[in-house]
Amino acid sequence: MSPRFEPTVGRYLHLDLLGRPHRLYVEEAGTGIPLLCLHTAGSDGRQYRGLLNDPRITANYRVIVFDMPWHGKSSPPAGWENEEYKLTSRDYVRMILEVSAALELDKPVVMGCSIGGRIVLHLAHEHPEKFRAIIGLESSPKVDPYYDVSWLHRPDVHGGEVSAGIVSGLVAPTAPEEGRWETLWHYMQSGPGVFKGDLHFYMIDGDISDRLDHIDARRCPLYLLTGEYDYSCTTEGTLEVARRTGAQATIMRDLGHFPMSENPEKFIGYLLPVLERIRSGNKKASAA
Amino acid sequence: MLTHLAARVNGDANLVRRGKFVNTSFLIAIDNADHIVRIEHGRIASVTPGPFITPNYSFALRAPREAWENLWSEKPIPGFTDIFALVKKKLLRIEGDLHPFMSNLLYFKGVLAAPRSGAAT
Repeated sequence: MSPRFEPTVGRYLHLDLLGRPHRLYVEEAGTGIPLLCLHTAGSDGRQYRGLLNDPRITANYRVIVFDMPWHGKSSPPAGWENEEYKLTSRDYVRMILEVSAALELDKPVVMGCSIGGRIVLHLAHEHPEKFRAIIGLESSPKVDPYYDVSWLHRPDVHGGEVSAGIVSGLVAPTAPEEGRWETLWHYMQSGPGVFKGDLHFYMIDGDISDRLDHIDARRCPLYLLTGEYDYSCTTEGTLEVARRTGAQATIMRDLGHFPMSENPEKFIGYLLPVLERIRSGNKKASAA
Repeated sequence: MLTHLAARVNGDANLVRRGKFVNTSFLIAIDNADHIVRIEHGRIASVTPGPFITPNYSFALRAPREAWENLWSEKPIPGFTDIFALVKKKLLRIEGDLHPFMSNLLYFKGVLAAPRSGAAT
């Protein structure tokens, strides 16, 4: 194999986030409509490398992925050693808006998976005017706890290995081995207590069941894509969101909870028509 | 259903390596049929069917036969692909001292996937 560089560019962004100085790692590739991508709990932006490297997407979209604070190559804020990381709906919404503003994005498309798929529902509810379209991957209004999350952060259990063990069954059994194990590797590298802290949003604070009926997909187009093998954010949960919001939902065959990293090629096949629809809607809006 | 368990686990060098620090006994209940699986350094030393009068094990996984059959079918349908999927559906109960299980979760998931039809014997 001859050596080559990817078109992806990674940089560190210094900004005030949630009232504190942060250093965030941001990757991007492509030109056109900004597509801001949000990774899953306990993982990082590497999940989107398939999209960043696909010219069918980057020809028309500027794909931007940032590692949330505490995740990937983004450090926790100074003083982290004296606090317990716990993601809340309020902070998560603010973080996305502040990153988008810092990058001077003009009405981006926002796309998130799992916790990202949940927070985009909060964005659709609270800030639909700020986005060109919203894409929820593995979106559900809530997920009740089904295991004791304290196992994820204790000194006598390896946090990375147990986190990977917890999520391993969420990858579709039909996923290629390379995609499955790369997805799990990201979990194995998560910082101590970070996955658990994200699950505070996912399983407790981020429940949006009582506000779903106030989301109106006519105010901002809302698309939902969910893998048939996802037993965490279930297909039933996604279809409920679609029924109550007017979103367009697609159940993706042969995919699980991590479509963009477990099987990028298969996932992009489902994503391209959505991106094309957003682009054509955009053209119509410009012509009107 | 557990006939090939020991041969499949012990024949998988990577799985045995992943479990090389595991030394415990755990119980698999298929309906009311108990089996105690003894693991030594990641290898299955024995699979002993019950009934037992004073079973000695660290943790137990109990589920109806139908749930195990779905989990171990050659191509499990959505919702039955993983033990945690069964836990979420309240079809599988994991009880006892969970530390050996949770601290070696990927290993035990490999062991519990080994009875799947079509897996290498």
